Amino acid sequence: MMKPIKELNPQFLESKENKEHLISYLLGVADNYLILAQRLGELCGHGPNLEPDIAITNISLDLLGQVRSFYQYVAQLKGDKSTEDDIAFLRKEREYRSVLLVQQPNTDFGYVIVRQFFFDVYNKMFLNALQQSADETLRALAFKGIKEASYHERFSGDWLKRLGDGTVESKQRVQQAVNDLWVFTDELFHSSKADDAMITAGVAPDMLQLREYYYEKVENLLTEATLEIPEVPYFQKGGKEGLHSEYMGYILSEMQYMQRAYPNSRW
Amino acid sequence: MSEAEIKSLEAQFDAKIANDQKIEPKDWMPEKYRKTHIRQISQHAHSEIVGMLPEGNWITRAPSLRRKAALLAKVQDEAGHGLYLYSACETLGITREELYDQLHSGAAKYSSIFNYPTLTWADMGAIGWLVDGAAIINQVPLCSTSYGPYARAMVRVCKEESFHQRQGYEIMLSLCNGTDEQKEMAQDALNRWWWPSLMMLGPEDKDSVHTEQSMKWKLKRKTNDELRQQFIDQTVPQADILGLTIPDPDLKWNDEKGTYDFGAINWDEFWQVVKGHGPLNKKRLDDRRNAWNEGKWVRDAAMAYAEKQAQRKTEAATAV
Ligand SMILES: [Fe+2]
Ligand SMILES: [Fe+2]
Ligand SMILES: [Fe+2]
Repeated sequence: MMKPIKELNPQFLESKENKEHLISYLLGVADNYLILAQRLGELCGHGPNLEPDIAITNISLDLLGQVRSFYQYVAQLKGDKSTEDDIAFLRKEREYRSVLLVQQPNTDFGYVIVRQFFFDVYNKMFLNALQQSADETLRALAFKGIKEASYHERFSGDWLKRLGDGTVESKQRVQQAVNDLWVFTDELFHSSKADDAMITAGVAPDMLQLREYYYEKVENLLTEATLEIPEVPYFQKGGKEGLHSEYMGYILSEMQYMQRAYPNSRW
Repeated sequence: MSEAEIKSLEAQFDAKIANDQKIEPKDWMPEKYRKTHIRQISQHAHSEIVGMLPEGNWITRAPSLRRKAALLAKVQDEAGHGLYLYSACETLGITREELYDQLHSGAAKYSSIFNYPTLTWADMGAIGWLVDGAAIINQVPLCSTSYGPYARAMVRVCKEESFHQRQGYEIMLSLCNGTDEQKEMAQDALNRWWWPSLMMLGPEDKDSVHTEQSMKWKLKRKTNDELRQQFIDQTVPQADILGLTIPDPDLKWNDEKGTYDFGAINWDEFWQVVKGHGPLNKKRLDDRRNAWNEGKWVRDAAMAYAEKQAQRKTEAATAV
């Protein structure tokens, strides 16, 4: 495991404000995993062939594993009786901090792959940097996740090349997905007040510093896939601040259905 | 080949099976053996992948993160089973595409149980417990069947099916230890899945066509009725532990026989579903066909890309 860039002051979490910021920061990370895992879970059994079906389910499972670890950490920080499931299933829409990108629907396999690739490149860079967090638990989680994240990036990147440099139809379809999803990439680099506090404390990596590198990596692969790099005058944002897409309510009503219909039950 | 030669090959083949030796893809085999195995193995493979659909229906609604992950993993296992079984079937000289065509055209069968709907979360418990349970009873004997690739695939499959069954039972146990509503949900699921699970073990021996030949080839070790009895005897005590009632008023222990007596199975319903008129036959097949058709451009792209890559490689090699 890597060494932290900074030692955390042992009193750090005794401050209520710091703790709240850390919780908010963790949700910003893990809610992306949750919503993306949920979207990928919709596809199980409906893939274009058995192999990609299995691989996509695998990614969904990996993300769910990360979600659980992060939420368990949140529950521990909260110190009340909340569980990973309360955090996953019992918040109001505005309290989720997932970016708009991961909420986008499974329009076709091209959208699935592009959404995944845009996220995977970010996620791998993020977990890489998080391995030097001043927070020990996060260092361990990053270390655990990085191998999976590299595998995910290779999977989605390879498929992007196949689709981009495949047939006329696949190129046109996947280019459409790239064009449509591009506007959601920038939000990955937004940071809230809580995030900034965690960056200052050395708990969170400053992803803005990696933004340029992210676009370089993504653009290189798009070029290799013989695809065009979209140019957009504006990017979309909102999810990180709790202002979600119209899809989010449907995602949550499905995901929360059992917990809402049968409150206080153990499963 | 002369008739005498064929006779002698057949004799060798029969002796091999009788000696518990495996038949391997390169070995000579009677045409009927090949055909029967393609039919049975592909039917089994189709059951695995159609079987992903009823449980896949609850992945996005699973009530906890732990259950969601376990269900995803289970459905993924079924995809893996499909994959091994299609591969085993391909060793008999047929392609996966041809097998899919047979499924999609309705020419091939798959286990009828998957034509029933999953209406509540408890169905995830009942399916694991009963459907995977009945599958194990059907399949454990196949781990020592005569066709090598099938037997080896089944060893892997059976290990995972036992895990699925325990997982399903554990879902039922949580429900039965839960609120009244949860218990009712569990009972309702048992009520709906019990009879179809019994039917899953096949028609009664008197109506079963393939049994004798299948016994000889070790595709079957026990008759359908024997398997069904085994399933009932094993499952009733498990229901007792859950505190659930088997929906059969005629079910009772027979001291003399040392097994349970049970009520009449509605075979009309069985044949209705087998012949394509169950609650979800159409939807299950439509879902499979749609996934396949909508995936065509993706498979074509992968193929075109692989060809381009191969061509680039040869061009690079000849350029040197
Ligand atoms: Fe299976
Ligand atoms: Fe099976
Ligand atoms: Fe199973």
